[in-house]
Amino acid sequence: MSQTDAAAMEMHSATGLPNRKVLMWAFIGSECMLFGSLIIVYMVYRGKSLVGPYPSDLLNIPFITVTTFVLLMSSLMMVLALSAVQRGDMKWGKIWLFMTALLGMVFLGGQVYEFSHFVHEGLTLKTNLFGGSFFLLTGTHGAHVAVGVLWLLSLVFMAQRGKLTQANAETVEIAGLYWHFVDVVWIVLFTLIYLLV
Amino acid sequence: MTQTHQHADHAHPSNRTYILVAAILGVITAVEVGVFYLEALEPVLVPILLVLSAAKFTMVVGFFMHLKFDSKLYRVLFVGPLIVAIAVMMAMFLLYGVFRA
Repeated sequence: MSQTDAAAMEMHSATGLPNRKVLMWAFIGSECMLFGSLIIVYMVYRGKSLVGPYPSDLLNIPFITVTTFVLLMSSLMMVLALSAVQRGDMKWGKIWLFMTALLGMVFLGGQVYEFSHFVHEGLTLKTNLFGGSFFLLTGTHGAHVAVGVLWLLSLVFMAQRGKLTQANAETVEIAGLYWHFVDVVWIVLFTLIYLLV
Repeated sequence: MTQTHQHADHAHPSNRTYILVAAILGVITAVEVGVFYLEALEPVLVPILLVLSAAKFTMVVGFFMHLKFDSKLYRVLFVGPLIVAIAVMMAMFLLYGVFRA
């Protein structure tokens, strides 16, 4: 048995599925619970703030629609990156991975702008129930995006050094699962926070 | 082992499918925002937005995360906790009267 075969056997469980991918799906399942609890907090406190500013005073729908679109397109870049790596096209794999990270950074830039605008308008974590629950929920999501961006950039760095190849496509797929989940969470938050004001 | 893995994880969609899915996601987002600004649809705004959001959610999970094509075990690992999370959310929303006007 070659070293590669031995490594392949170690990486797969008795189910015949890759251990790391099973673990990532289990992690994503637990993340559903985490974001579910934060959404409960936001929705229960919705409309119960005694002092302003209120959501209708601050939320900028056109602006957030653009950043939402950016995050959706980053998911497209991610699947294109995985597809390229799976067929051994590392040049385009690197480009799409970098583009995904770049769009993630654009989304984060939009969130930083939104947060600083809200603080300037007098909304902080302590101002009212809206401020506390909004910053907690969107801040937790933003932290996930930031982790995803760092993860993607590390993959770009690995690919640049030749340490990410077609044989490691599963590594990209697992990062992709995380990234798409972050996108899926935002799909829900966009509707609940911004459209159901 | 690798053969078993290939049986469990079926072939993923083509780039063309991915681009088509992304285009549909973009269109649904535009429709969501359009619906938000239409005063005539205000009485049915909540169900429309929830259905559109669920459609986007399903498309990303099904196509981009390959849940439609991969092993059923992944579906169990994701959908199980998701159902629990949604059930707890619904219970808390009813308890705290989130749906009351």
